[in-house]
This record gives sequence, C-alpha cells and structure tokens, in this order.
Amino acid sequence: MSGADLGLAVSVFLACAVEAVEALTIVLAVGVTRSWRSALYGVGAAVLALAVIVAALGPAIDALPINALRVVVGGLLLVFGLQWLRKAILRASGRKALRDEASEFASETAAARAAGGARPGFDGYSFTIAFKGVLLEGLEVAFIVLTFGASQHNIGLAAVAAGVAVLAVVLAGLAARAPLARVPENSMKFAVGVMLTSFGTFWGAEGAGASWPGGDAALLAIIPGLLIASLGLVQWLRRASVGSAVGEPA
Amino acid sequence: MSPITRAARAVWEFVVGDDPLTALGVVVALGATAVIAGAGAAAWWVMPPAVLAMLAVSLRRAAR
Repeated sequence: MSGADLGLAVSVFLACAVEAVEALTIVLAVGVTRSWRSALYGVGAAVLALAVIVAALGPAIDALPINALRVVVGGLLLVFGLQWLRKAILRASGRKALRDEASEFASETAAARAAGGARPGFDGYSFTIAFKGVLLEGLEVAFIVLTFGASQHNIGLAAVAAGVAVLAVVLAGLAARAPLARVPENSMKFAVGVMLTSFGTFWGAEGAGASWPGGDAALLAIIPGLLIASLGLVQWLRRASVGSAVGEPA
Repeated sequence: MSPITRAARAVWEFVVGDDPLTALGVVVALGATAVIAGAGAAAWWVMPPAVLAMLAVSLRRAAR
C-alpha cells in the first residue's frame, strides 16, 4: 500500500466514523423512544439509496480522463475540505460550540416524544427521521469515497475503509447502548479537514497541469504544513478572542 | 420551485455550503495554476499559499 493509499484509507475511515457516530445518535434516539423496527427500516432504505448513488456515479467518475478528474475532484475536495477545516478550527478555538452527542441525543429524543405516541406496527416518524439522518450523513461519506477513491483509482479501498468505519461504530454503539459521546469527534473532523484540503490541493494542482517537486512525496510536506498552519490559526483566533474580550467594556 | 431547481439548490448547498467566496477562490486559484502551467512555468507553488489565504479570510469572516 502506497503512502497516498494509506492517506486515502485513513481519511475515509475518519470521515466515515464521524458521520456514522452522528447518524447512530439519531437512529438510537428514535429507536429507543419510538420504534426500533421502523428506525432500522429507515436505516436499510438509506443504505440502499447510498449504495445506488455510489454504484451509479462511481463508474461514471472513474471513466473521466485523469487530469480532468483530478482538477474537478481536487477542486471539490478543496471546497469541501476547507468547510470541514474552517468549522473544526472555529470549534477548536472556542468560536463555535463543540458537537456533543449526549445533548444531540437528548434533543432528538425530546423531539421524538413531542411528535406523539408511536403507531403500532410501522411508525412513519421513526422511519423518516432514521432515513433522513443516515442519508444526509451518508451522502458526505459517499462523496468522499467517490472523489478520493476515483482520484487514486481505488474506489474499492475507499469503500472498504468506509465499511470498516461503519462496522466499528455500529459495534461500539451496540456495546455501549448509548450515543458515542466519548469519541473525539471534533479532533477527527479537524484531521479529516486537513486531509481533504491537502489532497484537494495536491490533486487540483496536478490536474491543472502543475508538477509537484518530488511527486507524491510532496504530500509529506503539504499535510504537516497545513496541519501546523491550521493549529496556528486556532491560536490566532483564541488570542483574537481574548484580545476582544479584554477590549470590551466591563 | 420546480424539482430540478430544488435539486440544483440542494447540490449547491451540499458542495458549496455557506461560503461561496471560498468556492470562487478555489476556482480562481486552480485557473491561475492552469494558466501558469500552460505557459511552461512551474505552477505548484500557487495552490498552497492560496489555500492558506482562503482559509484565513474565511475564518476571519466567520469569527466576526
């Protein structure tokens, strides 16, 4: 396995694990408060929809010429990665609230109870909430699997990394029987943001016709360079926050 | 709103999110890389500072 393949597998695994933790919270909330059977039907329908999306788009993306693919995919990964990284930096610097699965679970269960009693048999509310939750969280993963996998011509490896992440989260959820509040989601999102942005920078520039000094080895400079710069931006925002607080009238 | 418009809006919101300026910056930076590489010069150096600048500007706007 090359370094780029390892980067692909780690990025997809982390991204998928984070999204799976968020989806698990939603499914647990409706399952516990209303109907497990309907919630699991919703999960199954969403997984099926995601499989159809990946099966339909995967070969189409894979058939594109490599340079066109890399510039498009690199650009999309950059836009997407910069969004992840921006939110992660804002959270790490205290400018945005950290995501808390325990409070998300409490708010989802409150909403599920407020929606009235579950119907016997098929409960439409449980099905819809579980379906939407898994589909929306899964779309981000499908996007990352397709773009990352296609750029490396290794959608199979990306799909395996995603599958292992989902399995690990589901097993952990079954063992805990509670939302996975102790998973370091924000750190994982930070790492995924750095990886997506780094690979997007690398592939986007290659697709646009640039040649990186050292070829694939340039990633060994881009990834740590972006990580250090991002940590520096966290410190910058923290100091700016303290500075503005100090400057505020009492 | 027609289903096509709704689908296009959903795709836009999914990919671009709440920061279209960053998406525009990515397109401009990749375009500049293509122009410089097309002229036969080294162009790898364009993206790293462009990405850092976009991130810093985006954070500054979000933190206000």
